Amino acid sequence: MSDAPVMAGIMRDRILNLLKKGKRIDGRGFEDYRDVEIKTNVIEKAEGSAWVRLGETRVLVGIKVDVGEPFPDLPDRGVMTTNVELVPLASPTFEPGPPDENAIELARIVDRGIRESQAVELEKLVIVPGKLVRVIFIDVHVLDHDGNLIDATGLGAMAALLTARIPKLEYNGETGELVRLDEYEPLPVRHVPLPVTFAKIGGNMVVDPSLDEERVMESRITVTFDETGHVSAVQKGEGGSFKLEEVMYAVDTAMRKSSELREMLLSSVDRGLP
Amino acid sequence: MGRPEGLKLIDENGKRVDGRKKYELRKIDMEVGILKNADGSAYVEWGKNKILAAVYGPREIHPKHLQRPDMAVLRVRYNMAPFSVEERKKPGPDRRSVEISKVIRGALEPALLLEMFPRTVIDVFIEVLQADAGTRVAGITAASLALADAGIPMRDLVAACAAGKIDGEIVLDLNKDEDNYGEADVPVAIMPLKNDITLLQMDGYLTRDELLEAVKLAIKGAKAVYQKQREALKEKYLQIAQEVAGNE
Repeated sequence: MSDAPVMAGIMRDRILNLLKKGKRIDGRGFEDYRDVEIKTNVIEKAEGSAWVRLGETRVLVGIKVDVGEPFPDLPDRGVMTTNVELVPLASPTFEPGPPDENAIELARIVDRGIRESQAVELEKLVIVPGKLVRVIFIDVHVLDHDGNLIDATGLGAMAALLTARIPKLEYNGETGELVRLDEYEPLPVRHVPLPVTFAKIGGNMVVDPSLDEERVMESRITVTFDETGHVSAVQKGEGGSFKLEEVMYAVDTAMRKSSELREMLLSSVDRGLP
Repeated sequence: MGRPEGLKLIDENGKRVDGRKKYELRKIDMEVGILKNADGSAYVEWGKNKILAAVYGPREIHPKHLQRPDMAVLRVRYNMAPFSVEERKKPGPDRRSVEISKVIRGALEPALLLEMFPRTVIDVFIEVLQADAGTRVAGITAASLALADAGIPMRDLVAACAAGKIDGEIVLDLNKDEDNYGEADVPVAIMPLKNDITLLQMDGYLTRDELLEAVKLAIKGAKAVYQKQREALKEKYLQIAQEVAGNE
């Protein structure tokens, strides 16, 4: 039998006792993010890429661009998909195989945040309406899991999208031939939505939970804001529950924290707001 | 996006495509204890949604390594029938179903006294027989009834409802057209006794104020759903009482 429940119990007591005194186990304030580092264009073969470190959490995001058919109900929009791989080298709890429910939930939260704010200008990625469009793949490789994969992934996805360069295409309407030119253009991005995640531990709300905190949290909530002050995704995760006041606190704090993150992100990719 | 030309989701009289007012729920019918084999079951018709939920357990867990020494494991499977939607859905779990199953588990778990049944599993199966937007909230509503019907000790029922934004207005309980062509959908589940929010998602684009308005509206809707759940549970036991009285 595993000793995990016992260890978790000891850790829970320690984290809870500290929170009662207004302290977190790693010394942060309740609304503090861990140290963030972002590097872009780290994978030359990808049209866009970003490596993000959030504390000891590390994720790598690659953007690949292909040509394909649009969805039948959205003939005049490019296609975007987000996929997350929780690869086994990142954590003893990750197992090889197809994406599990954690990977799927993570990918879908980040995807919704980007999609619903229409951050990527998919209408500019149409080659032949209804027939041929650009397909944007956002692929996330989690490299080291130390908690809050959602926010790290959200940052990485936006960093990679903002710095992606896609080859120009020339389409010959008569022959139907598609030629890939040796010129590149930026991926059209109009908004910068970023998720902000909270853990609820012993009734306390803390931003950017570490893995130790996630292990003992009762519940989790993520709110994604873009720079226009719109929310493009919300997700309560895991068990546990929130009071309405706690949801309101999360929404208001997320608005503030996402703009701090956005400033940091934009300066690290060396560009202003789209 | 992809919206038919000239389609108005709210007309000049403030009526919605199915004739409802802004804060009006669709017609909801619930029935408890309708399957023979399951330990608990419920059927919910919510507008055009037709949803069946069943509970098995607490029972022995397979595979064994999933068991927890301190509490029961809750497993939830949300599944859509291939014929439940306009275009046939490929059978089996897709990414959407996997995510919904996970958030529904998170919505139900806080209501259950899982620590009373260590080393066991409680399986909740939600089958969407017909879908017309709001299947996850209808599914939670049905699953919660099925859990109560199975006699699983609970802190409260979990009641759920969605609100959303269509044509610029925050409204209650979106149907399929409203979900497809509207601006946002906000499903919420609560345990009404203590006003605990156990599920909250948002898919769409809202300001802070609109989001909070939608959450509050969905909570109101869920409270109305809660009353119907209580009636449905009472109904079952009244029926049994009448049958017993009739036999004497």
